[in-house]
Amino acid sequence: MYVRARTWWTIFRIGVEERLVYRADFALGTLMRFLPIITQVFLWGAVFESVKHVSGGDRVAGYTYQNMVAYYLLTMISRAFSSMPGLASGVSSQIRNGEIKKFLIQPVDLIGFMLLNRIAHKLVYYVVAIFPFAAVFWICKDFFADWPAGKLVEAGWSSADIMLVYVISLLLGFLLGFFLEICIGLIGFWFLEVTSLLFVYMLLNFFLSGHMFPLDMLPSWAETIVDLFPLKYLAYYPAAIFLGQLGPDEVITGLWIEIGWLLMFMVLARLMYWFGVKQYSAFGG
Amino acid sequence: MQGRPSYYRVFQTFARNSLIREMTFRANFLVQCLSATSWTLMNIGFYIIVFEHTESIGRDTGWQQYEFFLFLGTTWLINSLVQTFFMPNVQDFSELIRTGNLDFALVKPIDTQFLISFQRVEWSSLSNFVLGLVLLIVSLVHLSTRTGPVPWKLEPVMFILYPFYLLCGTAILYSVMIALAATSIWLGRNQSLYNFWFYITNFSRYPMEIYQNQWGWILWGIFTFIIPVLVVVNVPARLLAQPLNPREPWEWWLTIFALLATVLSVLVSRRIFRRALLSYRSASS
Repeated sequence: MYVRARTWWTIFRIGVEERLVYRADFALGTLMRFLPIITQVFLWGAVFESVKHVSGGDRVAGYTYQNMVAYYLLTMISRAFSSMPGLASGVSSQIRNGEIKKFLIQPVDLIGFMLLNRIAHKLVYYVVAIFPFAAVFWICKDFFADWPAGKLVEAGWSSADIMLVYVISLLLGFLLGFFLEICIGLIGFWFLEVTSLLFVYMLLNFFLSGHMFPLDMLPSWAETIVDLFPLKYLAYYPAAIFLGQLGPDEVITGLWIEIGWLLMFMVLARLMYWFGVKQYSAFGG
Repeated sequence: MQGRPSYYRVFQTFARNSLIREMTFRANFLVQCLSATSWTLMNIGFYIIVFEHTESIGRDTGWQQYEFFLFLGTTWLINSLVQTFFMPNVQDFSELIRTGNLDFALVKPIDTQFLISFQRVEWSSLSNFVLGLVLLIVSLVHLSTRTGPVPWKLEPVMFILYPFYLLCGTAILYSVMIALAATSIWLGRNQSLYNFWFYITNFSRYPMEIYQNQWGWILWGIFTFIIPVLVVVNVPARLLAQPLNPREPWEWWLTIFALLATVLSVLVSRRIFRRALLSYRSASS
């Protein structure tokens, strides 16, 4: 047991150090990623202005202008948890070039290794990225002026409750994102090239996760379709909880559905790995 | 010995060679067309949803749904031209510097900027040009029935000015791109070139009115007069869509300014490029 824990600890430490190599570059990169939000701020400013002029209303799909900008900022946080750059493509290329053999001959579990490695990467990411994130959120603090507000507050939730559920949804988003992508990567056991598949996933993800716009803006028939996908938990859902766009019942059911999806992908990843290894012919390496 | 190379014939050869190369892998070509257009379609989807909630972008700006779709079509026409003719080359350029292969371009008896800007043509990116044209025609059909206080008038001169300003816009974007690429001579390698490019041109994708308030004026000033990316799409789209009719005097000033901006940015970027070349110190070999 002790030996086992030490192995995992070492894997974790390697991951941390891997990630710390280019710190300055990646703090700058994080800051730059906020730039597209600037144009969103102005675009939505213009949209809300004309909505107000025409109908006198100050909300679009339940969002005030402040909420809308806050939403885009919050999806950056959601994505910081749920996006897994290079995971699926990494797994599939390891399968293709035979590198995956090291997991077959060493007493280390592939999925467990990847998960720890990812957690280490993410932790380092947060330690560095917290500075640009804090700077941007401080500059944009006016967009959060009326927090806490929305349906959860009306139902009597305190800010601590909302924060707790928010953090839970972020952590679940991380796990869901991880297992979803690892399943896509494991498809590599059957199709050696998953690049185009990944592209489709990225495209769907961008649109259906709510990264591009709040999903509440969709007409109701489209929202029913989006609800069939697990992708909305990766960006939209945590942000919507934070902003109080969802009522308490929706939040709780949503969390259970998300846990259901997560369990499904965990089991699926195990099964795929099990069957994949069985028919794996280990070329190259 | 012949004095000057025929630039036109050299370009023809480049274009033909690229086409042959792309046609060798036809399935790959199709996938690239599909992936290029699917991003565009998603973008259009986003704006269809936005216009479900608002009548126009900005108050009294005249950017209603089809005026804006014409704007969007213009954006895609210009962007696809840049992506077809310049993007692949400029991306290669940064690699040429790192590996020292730029030596081979320098010794050829042809203008270096011409050679490195036109060597490759990515034909698959023209699929977005087609999509842009479709969007343009659909919008024009809708606009031709526009009545009310701001009717849309067919002016024959638009059909000369519009393509002309499309080319001007492409030239401005090319200048920005080549100037950015030149910096990789100084930096040794510029991996985030594409990111920078994306973030800067991102500002050009919206009607300039959205920046015209408070802090936005600073951005408006920078991206009109210093890096003139705001006139790239705005000028041709305004000419054709006539969001304001009768036109305001400042629109004509803007149109004249765009011409000046094109000439200046081409000249300045060429200067930057040649300056940068002087500090090129090969590598390895």
